[in-house]
Amino acid sequence: MADKIATREAYGNALAELGEKYDIVVLDADLAEATKTLMFKKKFPDRFFDCGIAEGNMMGVAAGLAATGKTVFASSFAMFAAGRAFEQVRNVIGYPHLNVKIGATHAGISVGEDGATHQCNEDIALMRTIPGMTIINPADGTEARAAVEAAILHDGPVYMRFGRYAVPYLYEGRDYHFELGKGVTLAEGTDVTIVATGLMVHIALEAKELLAKEGISAEVINIHTIKPIDKELLAKSAAKTGAVVTAEEHNIIGGLGGAVCEALAETCPVPVLRVGVEDVYGRSGKVPALLEAYGLTAENIAAKAKAAIALKK
Amino acid sequence: MEQTKLAMLTEKAREIRLGALEAVYSASSGHPGGSLSISDILAYLYFEEMNVDPADPKKADRDRFVLSKGHTAPALYATLAAKGYFGKENLKTLRQVDSFLQGHPDMKHTPGVDMSSGSLGLGISAAAGMALSAKISGDSYRVYTILGDGESEEGQVWEAAMFSAHYKLDNLLAFVDWNGLQIDGKVSEVMNPTPLDEKFAAFGWNVLVIDAHDFDQIAAACEAARACKGKPTAVICKSVKGKGVSFMENQVGWHGKAPNKEQYEAAVAELTASV
Repeated sequence: MADKIATREAYGNALAELGEKYDIVVLDADLAEATKTLMFKKKFPDRFFDCGIAEGNMMGVAAGLAATGKTVFASSFAMFAAGRAFEQVRNVIGYPHLNVKIGATHAGISVGEDGATHQCNEDIALMRTIPGMTIINPADGTEARAAVEAAILHDGPVYMRFGRYAVPYLYEGRDYHFELGKGVTLAEGTDVTIVATGLMVHIALEAKELLAKEGISAEVINIHTIKPIDKELLAKSAAKTGAVVTAEEHNIIGGLGGAVCEALAETCPVPVLRVGVEDVYGRSGKVPALLEAYGLTAENIAAKAKAAIALKK
Repeated sequence: MEQTKLAMLTEKAREIRLGALEAVYSASSGHPGGSLSISDILAYLYFEEMNVDPADPKKADRDRFVLSKGHTAPALYATLAAKGYFGKENLKTLRQVDSFLQGHPDMKHTPGVDMSSGSLGLGISAAAGMALSAKISGDSYRVYTILGDGESEEGQVWEAAMFSAHYKLDNLLAFVDWNGLQIDGKVSEVMNPTPLDEKFAAFGWNVLVIDAHDFDQIAAACEAARACKGKPTAVICKSVKGKGVSFMENQVGWHGKAPNKEQYEAAVAELTASV
């Protein structure tokens, strides 16, 4: 097994693998090579349909397939799946609560060189506002594969967010059990809680090491299911540490940071500082340079952690 | 068409028009004009063409119907009530807070509704998905949808048109209710989508143009659609918005306005006068 894999790649592998076990139909919008649904297409050509560059229609077609009993995956880049087709997803998938699983790849600024038009930092916020929508943002290849199967078994619409950029496997050597809606405590700590999702999870683990060198004990929680969010785990950890930092490759408005603030405001109000894209557009660049430019780094998480600790009363 | 069948369909269409008007009048809001223009098509589909069973609304092999121009839900509800999916007394509850008859079709709460619709352009895509679904699993059911002529200004209609022809969805029949009026005025003046027949033909569809109020022509179109292999069929239906109520006919103001008591009574009198 390689050390790293992009979650989009793990998504494609999972579809091709799980297509044997489950009678799923996969749609794409002329991006099969990039979203990695191509692997499913090659293996199950009778259950794959390219919709062309027409994401709105694709979501409607997905709804029609689901309304007649099929379990459907509809894939495109996050920008078009959640952005372009928002209204279709809301009205013909969300409203009738149909069994459509949206596989949105190329989420966040880690799209890299293509730049702002293709770097979707808004999809979690958009999808969170749709009643009954489940949102999964897996942190590594293992979780991405598990998320696809969980989505198949879940009754209702699911939005899955995958990245283009390879990320390390987090669970090697561990017995990993994925449970929809349940956060994963990757490291226990007492001074501050770092709540991370997707690509930022392994960076949060690096931040924990940086903090440890300064004698600060950080708890690290991986939130793969952003909706419904694991309020219980968040409240328990916040009560223990008294300070929280969120980390996501998404606008700090409306994404994981927003969801954590909303949850803790109602259960265990503590200072929460947010690491993410700070309400600006992305731009072209190599991924490491972009992560650096937008503060999506272990150093920034560690700095925010110390600031959050300082805010404790 | 034989006279007894024609008489039955004429009677059902009258019942649908009366039901739709009763619903809109009771709600004090809704869309009477476009409901009246599709009443004959709905009567033919539900009382002659489609394989449906109100006693078993979810039966797997049923033909599917999607009201892509979902704002004319009152006509669909009146049709479903006439067919026996639910009691006619429910029509009076249209748009009320606890009613299962929403302002636009809701598949989760209304027996007989196969797809939630109302946001224009989305219904035809869903209908295409249903037709594709039947092809995937080798099912024999057919899928019917009704679009508005104004609705065809939505780009998604043409995405769906391209898709349906590409995948040879010959089990899909789309009626376009060509009544020539939309909210802001004449379709030809607001944003002219014509020639609709040539556009659908250019997208690869089998196309027919008929009179929306002539049951023989509707029957012939349905038969021609079933006979056509390898292409979806579009039936451009020249219709009269407000058909059957003289003061509503071809009046854009009746797109989305409920009649008052006097108007409602006059409409009922006119529709029942010809019995």
